[in-house]
Amino acid sequence: MALFAILRDAIDPRALEASVRTDACGAIVTFLGVVRGSTSEGRSIVGLEYEAHEAMALAEFAAIASEVGERHTGVRLGILHRVGALNVGEVSVAVCAAAPHRREAFEACEYAIEALKARAPIWKKEAYADGGDAWIVNKL
Amino acid sequence: MTVRVRAFARMRELLDEGAFDLQLPEGATVVDAWEALRARNRKIDALASSTRIARNGRVVALMSERLADGDEIALLPPVGGG
Repeated sequence: MALFAILRDAIDPRALEASVRTDACGAIVTFLGVVRGSTSEGRSIVGLEYEAHEAMALAEFAAIASEVGERHTGVRLGILHRVGALNVGEVSVAVCAAAPHRREAFEACEYAIEALKARAPIWKKEAYADGGDAWIVNKL
Repeated sequence: MTVRVRAFARMRELLDEGAFDLQLPEGATVVDAWEALRARNRKIDALASSTRIARNGRVVALMSERLADGDEIALLPPVGGG
């Protein structure tokens, strides 16, 4: 499967892990972002709607992977992000870093998800149980 | 000339559509495109300072940048992915 993708259907983290893994890798770290059922303030969430500028988002994913490659040789990165309507509990994003050793894999995975949240042209609207909704801006 | 506008999130809602064509005079700049979009809904002013504009997939550094027929202009409010 593609290492970078914007998907309308469910994310399969195991398939992404298989795609980033090579025989040089002794460690794979996977981060999954999951739709929460309530806000930090306790407001009940019924679902999320994601949208993306797909071409720019894929270019950003590739740029992030390139930056990771400059920091750590031998790290392979995969990033999948959902768009469309998601229910509570569904995986919205998967970041997978495979590396010779665990330290680089952990660092690469964290770097990639933080960079994605800061830079990728992807937007999220929360729909609340009380009927309201709101576009959520990531805090950096 | 015709440029393709892509609008996302709150910007899409304010402009009623996520993708539409905008007619502009020859030699028009990014500023001219923004003014034409304001004519559609002045409420986009509230997002002006936080929205980045990309031309053909690259965020523009100068609003005085000239546009060309067939360009894509993307309106990118603050992101919320992940």
